[in-house]
Amino acid sequence: MEHQRDQPVTLLDVRDLQVEFHTRDGVAKAVNGVNYCVDPGETLAVLGESGSGKSVTAQAIMGILDSPPGRITGGEVLFRGEDLLTMGAETRRRIRGAKMSMVFQDALSALNPVMSVGAQLAEMFEVHEGMTRKDSRAKAVQLMDRVRIPAAKDRVGDYPHQFSGGMRQRIMIAMALALEPDLVIADEPTTALDVTVQAQVMDLLAELQREYNMGLILITHDLGVVADVADKIAVMYAGRIVETAPVHDLYAAPAHPYTRGLLDSIPRLDQKGRQLYAIKGLPPDLTAIPPGCPFSPRCPRAQDICRTDRPPLFAVSHGRASACHFWKETLDER
Amino acid sequence: MAETAENHEVSDVVPSTAETTAEVEAVLDAPVDRGEPILQVRNLVKHFPLTQGILFKKQIGAVKAVDGISFDLYKGETLGIVGESGCGKSTVAKLLMTLETATSGEVFYKGQDITRLSGRALKAVRRNIQMVFQDPYTSLNPRMTVGDIIGEPFDIHPEVAPKGDRRKRVQELLDVVGLNPEYINRYPHQFSGGQRQRIGIARGLALNPEVIICDEPVSALDVSVQAQVINLMGKLQDEFELSYVFIAHDLSIVRHISDRVGVMYLGKMAEIGTDSEIYDHPTHPYTQALLSAVPVPDPAAREGRDRIILTGDVPSPANPPSGCRFRTRCWKAQDKCAEEVPLLAVPEVFAGKKTLAAHESACHFAEERDVVHAA
Ligand SMILES: Nc1ncnc2c1ncn2[C@@H]1O[C@H](COP(=O)(O)OP(=O)(O)OP(=O)(O)O)[C@@H](O)[C@H]1O
Ligand SMILES: Nc1ncnc2c1ncn2[C@@H]1O[C@H](COP(=O)(O)OP(=O)(O)OP(=O)(O)O)[C@@H](O)[C@H]1O
Ligand code: SF4
Ligand code: SF4
Ligand SMILES: [Mg+2]
Ligand SMILES: [Mg+2]
Repeated sequence: MEHQRDQPVTLLDVRDLQVEFHTRDGVAKAVNGVNYCVDPGETLAVLGESGSGKSVTAQAIMGILDSPPGRITGGEVLFRGEDLLTMGAETRRRIRGAKMSMVFQDALSALNPVMSVGAQLAEMFEVHEGMTRKDSRAKAVQLMDRVRIPAAKDRVGDYPHQFSGGMRQRIMIAMALALEPDLVIADEPTTALDVTVQAQVMDLLAELQREYNMGLILITHDLGVVADVADKIAVMYAGRIVETAPVHDLYAAPAHPYTRGLLDSIPRLDQKGRQLYAIKGLPPDLTAIPPGCPFSPRCPRAQDICRTDRPPLFAVSHGRASACHFWKETLDER
Repeated sequence: MAETAENHEVSDVVPSTAETTAEVEAVLDAPVDRGEPILQVRNLVKHFPLTQGILFKKQIGAVKAVDGISFDLYKGETLGIVGESGCGKSTVAKLLMTLETATSGEVFYKGQDITRLSGRALKAVRRNIQMVFQDPYTSLNPRMTVGDIIGEPFDIHPEVAPKGDRRKRVQELLDVVGLNPEYINRYPHQFSGGQRQRIGIARGLALNPEVIICDEPVSALDVSVQAQVINLMGKLQDEFELSYVFIAHDLSIVRHISDRVGVMYLGKMAEIGTDSEIYDHPTHPYTQALLSAVPVPDPAAREGRDRIILTGDVPSPANPPSGCRFRTRCWKAQDKCAEEVPLLAVPEVFAGKKTLAAHESACHFAEERDVVHAA
């Protein structure tokens, strides 16, 4: 195995991850075999229907899954080749604390309301890097400057509610980047923001990502943001990855009918349409996922085989895969 | 709606002459023709006091959340409202719903100023103006069944559905919004985000309102579910001649559903017009910046876009800049912008010209710039 040391190891490699929730209505299979990977400096966008398991996957990677009722029942989460799920608790804690971090959707509830913004930033340096109070304060101001909080020196004592939504989200980014992690997971970081602030926040994230050569997993509903910043995309449906592809390929021609439906549902800014395209029906109940392809009850292309045989992730081309028996036909549709 | 497309200026208010409560109620129940104004908002202001001290509260200023806004809503149309976070959109919604008391200004509903009503007359207004909220996850009480949630408005307005009819009425409403009427005894957590938003809409429809105020009704939904809900809203509008005020961050979805669009900035209306006037012929720099920042769902367009990135943060609504409120972030600002408040009117350069740029815009130096199609 000596030679492997020189080979570049993928930063994060999630393999066949499975997560269940025990609920009143039964066992909900929220994540049923998720596979995706990210390299340093790369941005992976995760798309998918509400409730398809995007956040739960992220929580399992970060070790912040709500358990019970949640439980990881299978798979691997390889960080630089080592499985986070089986390594010793101490090592795992160290990696998750310093090398990986997360930006949440709702900055106001993720920040401590009774602690000043500066103190919350400073605390990270005190805890993780053993800095003195004075040094950590100075570092906090520096970081606030870095995320372009105007007059950072004067505002380091301010509380979260004194900041606007966009400023709070930038503080969240500052906290996530404070220890210069190798991997950042951003779960809908701009959903609550309007487009001008969103553009500022995304530009900032992209700039810092380049500077630190971080891997970024971006979970979002916004196909415009994805087109702007992602290198590659993973699309989820009912707890599984149904398509992965480089960003240009996916927008040019999706290889899965669900992805196709998503792209067709986007309203346009430059013209007024009549009826919006919408995928008919509802996502499956996660306590009773149908056999065969879970998208089959809603799929315009479904055949008999779809209702009996679950499609594996077929390799479509380099860096591209689709969990559809008819990926070729879907691809050719455009 | 083509009939109102020509109407750039706000319409004349014909105040109602009703005096007794019964007369007022009759006015409020009178039908309005399609294309006639149903809501007329004039110089609406809402200031929230800023206080200091715990025992003896002393007012030290005011958050000028809404600071002099006028617009019309026509019967059967959708007016979209967009603008930066904190610019006062939700406060406008609450004022229209009479959930907040206006500091000054008027909201005429069928010629009746509803900011001055109370008692039975106010109740009659509230029945006709309903609201659909943003968050399908938190706006529904988790301990109530869907039937209780949708039927709750009948407790306040029993005249709409007598007790014996309620269950049937709720099941009809479920059917109207495309949910299985048999779900009446289920709880909110048993539904997906899009289904929950439908429950919120069914509740909004319960009292047969004429106006529905939607505050970010689809922001939490993914595009395909969003499309289902938007299509449903369009269908219900045609069916029941509803008028919508539609507040959202997503400018594409607002264009899709709106007949006219108003762009707000820091408590004021910066620009208002038909969807094509605002999206294809914007003349206010803030609107142009907003539109240019919308990410385009096409990775090939990543490089060549003419994006206007605004610098600086939105100023505090407690201490807005003098003159034009946008001047601290405007790349075109001049001395005049600090001295004179630009009025919301058709800019002189376009007045009388036959161009879609000739719509109301509150800028001293309004000029056309197509930021949506320039790629
Ligand atoms: N604490 C929990 N207890 C029970 N079920 C849960 C819990 N957290 C998540 N789930 C379930 O797991 C599934 C996946 O949820 P997840 O939050 O990952 O969806 P998502 O893809 O992030 O959706 P959204 O786009 O709405 O954020 C959902 O059906 C959800 O109901
Ligand atoms: N009850 C209140 N007391 C004091 N200030 C308030 C109150 N409600 C709103 N504000 C302030 O009024 C301003 C406008 O708030 P509003 O909620 O109307 O904004 P918005 O345009 O809906 O923003 P968003 O897009 O973030 O929902 C903000 O500065 C807000 O902090
Ligand atoms: S496998 Fe069949 S049902 Fe599933 S997405 Fe492909 S065509 Fe549709
Ligand atoms: S009035 Fe002046 S500051 Fe305001 S938008 Fe126009 S040019 Fe800019
Ligand atoms: Mg989520
Ligand atoms: Mg709001």
